Amino acid sequence: MKVVVQHDVLDPYKEIKHHEDKVLESGKHGGVVSFVGTMRDFNDGEDVTAMNLDHYPGMTEKHIEAVCQEAMDGWDVMDVLVVHRVGDMYPSDPIVLVAVWSAHRASAFDACRYVINYLKERAPFWKCEVTTEGKKIWVEHNSKDPGVAESREKLA
Amino acid sequence: MEIDVKFFASLRERMGRTSDKVTLEGEATVSDVWRQVSSEPMPGNILVAVNKEYTDLSQALKNGDEVAFFPPVTGG
Repeated sequence: MKVVVQHDVLDPYKEIKHHEDKVLESGKHGGVVSFVGTMRDFNDGEDVTAMNLDHYPGMTEKHIEAVCQEAMDGWDVMDVLVVHRVGDMYPSDPIVLVAVWSAHRASAFDACRYVINYLKERAPFWKCEVTTEGKKIWVEHNSKDPGVAESREKLA
Repeated sequence: MEIDVKFFASLRERMGRTSDKVTLEGEATVSDVWRQVSSEPMPGNILVAVNKEYTDLSQALKNGDEVAFFPPVTGG
């Protein structure tokens, strides 16, 4: 399991390849399911040109790691990688990568969905968007994935 | 006891500072910390963490604890 919170630009596909080449044992996993969250240029009817992502150093990593560990304990997965950006970013920039390797696809899909949903719910990050008029708006809540309850039931 | 206090995101802007240090006498909870840093009631949507774990206003504190106040999280 690896969790990284970084200011650097995120290249999710390079991260996946690097993890497969340098960390995982070759030939053991049957697949990887990944979720890449990217920045939108709109939110709640406003055109957005930039965003700053704030976090709570230490607490953020701790809670992402806890969610990843729950996924590792709850499904038959071999490894989980999460890379999350903070700082200034722009539309279409990748914000977060969740990648889950497993011997079989069902576990990888379920665990990946669990990690992104609970990361969004529990890890302390805060988005501050800048509109085309230069107005700064703190995002007050994330959109809910209807699958949250479903994946919670599955884990229980 | 000495408590380190942190504020994040929109609450940090509202409080006008990123951190604070408060001194409390005797037994104290997170509520007592809030009363030291603000004269207004804590907004209902604000979340609380002590030593980087989520908790609530009733949690008892000890010397050196880090208390954080912040709005709902919006990562991912």
